[in-house]
Amino acid sequence: MSEKKAPGSISKLLNASWLRPFLLLVMIVVGWDLAIRIFNIPAYQIPAPGDVVKVLYTDWPELLAQSGPTTYATLLGFLASAVFGIPIAMLIAGSRTVESYVYPLLVFSQSIPKVAIAPLFVVWFGFGIVPKIIAAFLLGFFPVVVSAVQGFKSVDPDMVDLARAMKGSRLRVFCAVNLPHALPAIFSGLKVSVTLAVVGAVVGEFVGSNSGIGYVLQRSIGTFDLPTMFAALVILALLGVILFWLVDRIERFAIPWHVSQRADVFIGS
Amino acid sequence: MTAAMRTMSVDQPSAHLRVVSEQSAPSKASGINLSGVSKTYGTGDGQVQSLRPLDFHINDGEFFVVVGPSGCGKSTLLKLISGLLAPTSGEIHVDGKKVTEPHGDVGIVFQNALLLPWRNIINNVLMPIDMKNLPREKYIPRAKELLKMVGLEGFEKKLPWQLSGGMQQRASICRALVHDPKIMMMDEPFGALDAMTREKMNVELSRIQRTTGKTILLITHSIPEAVFLADKVLVMTERPGGIAAIYDVPLGRERTLDAMSNPIFTDLVARIRKHFMTNSTLD
Repeated sequence: MSEKKAPGSISKLLNASWLRPFLLLVMIVVGWDLAIRIFNIPAYQIPAPGDVVKVLYTDWPELLAQSGPTTYATLLGFLASAVFGIPIAMLIAGSRTVESYVYPLLVFSQSIPKVAIAPLFVVWFGFGIVPKIIAAFLLGFFPVVVSAVQGFKSVDPDMVDLARAMKGSRLRVFCAVNLPHALPAIFSGLKVSVTLAVVGAVVGEFVGSNSGIGYVLQRSIGTFDLPTMFAALVILALLGVILFWLVDRIERFAIPWHVSQRADVFIGS
Repeated sequence: MTAAMRTMSVDQPSAHLRVVSEQSAPSKASGINLSGVSKTYGTGDGQVQSLRPLDFHINDGEFFVVVGPSGCGKSTLLKLISGLLAPTSGEIHVDGKKVTEPHGDVGIVFQNALLLPWRNIINNVLMPIDMKNLPREKYIPRAKELLKMVGLEGFEKKLPWQLSGGMQQRASICRALVHDPKIMMMDEPFGALDAMTREKMNVELSRIQRTTGKTILLITHSIPEAVFLADKVLVMTERPGGIAAIYDVPLGRERTLDAMSNPIFTDLVARIRKHFMTNSTLD
């Protein structure tokens, strides 16, 4: 009884949902460290977590500076996928003709490995930021289009008829009915897209760059500096998580009415 | 003929009898007039005739109910009259004007309430105002009044999912009325509701029609509901839909659920049911 009555603040804290992934992370890191000690894995194969943390601490300014260009390329590539992806999805969903021409080609182009064509962008656009943005865009673009098409197509035709019968202009009906209806699907596409855009930016930096986390990765692999490499991976993961979280926040703000957000509406109000 | 049901024998096997109601030759300048209206979907080999050529007239302020088996083109008929679809042949006139595109002077209620989940109830009711780009402020009092009329006072700021199915449907009726259209079209509006709510809604709708004097075109596949609500019932044949009969319902305007035990009511229900029995179709 007493356990139930007075749950200690520590057990409460341990049950907080935001803490759970961290707990799992701690367990993984401990397991990692133990495995290295038990199996005697040499440091040139897998670095000890302590070494990685040390690098993260000592090289923090350097890593932070290098994550700047990567974040920049990721964000611009992601924005480009949203800016181009959503209108293209509108066209595909709105017209059978456009769909039959464009959609198969889009799927076809998606099957080309981006890593293979990334050097081409270096040839075309040099070593600057542009090829990285394009690589991020190419990876982030497809999920946005696929989800947005699905979102635009799932509008109840009766609902559109209803709005049309009210003598609404096409644009008005679109803004009042189709677009809000498609938003939940668009956001789920954007969330996938933003994490892929990080991958795209790194791929771009791999093939030709002297800055960015991708460059740090490649340099550290070349010199077998595994702790730095792992530190770079941690930075990339953090970048992905932060961007995902940002899109998630925007989603909550944009579609508070949606089923997926309702629990929060209750708690919030 | 006092019963006002000058019908030809419905027991005759010949498929589409043109049955005349007592209405004398209607004037085409008012009300809804259909002449030779048919609809065929698709092109080439895949053509499906949905509606056979139809001729009928709905007077101003009339409660006109269309009843028919599933898939007989009832909903197509509604879309034709509201201008959402173009007829394959024939012409539709509303108040003497030919219908070629959505004319805006209708309110539509579908089987599902179809409220926009991101708008609260009052904003959903005001949707026709937004679509027509009319001044919102002018219509807010009216929207509130309508919500009060259907017993939804105090729910203005709620989101649709916070309301029950019956309440949502009532809100959608308010939405159909807010811009004060001359015509209300309802496509199986209470089909998704439970029997008890449905009866209540029927009484409610009957009252709304009396107080507002709207022309209402309602589509249903419930024969008792049709007879209870209607001034006139149009019975449709199976696909492709045609007119099997049109009946006047001489029950007077003031109707309570007691009307359902009136012999005129039960007779008419039985008579309409026969149409579907002879075609060996259940409604």
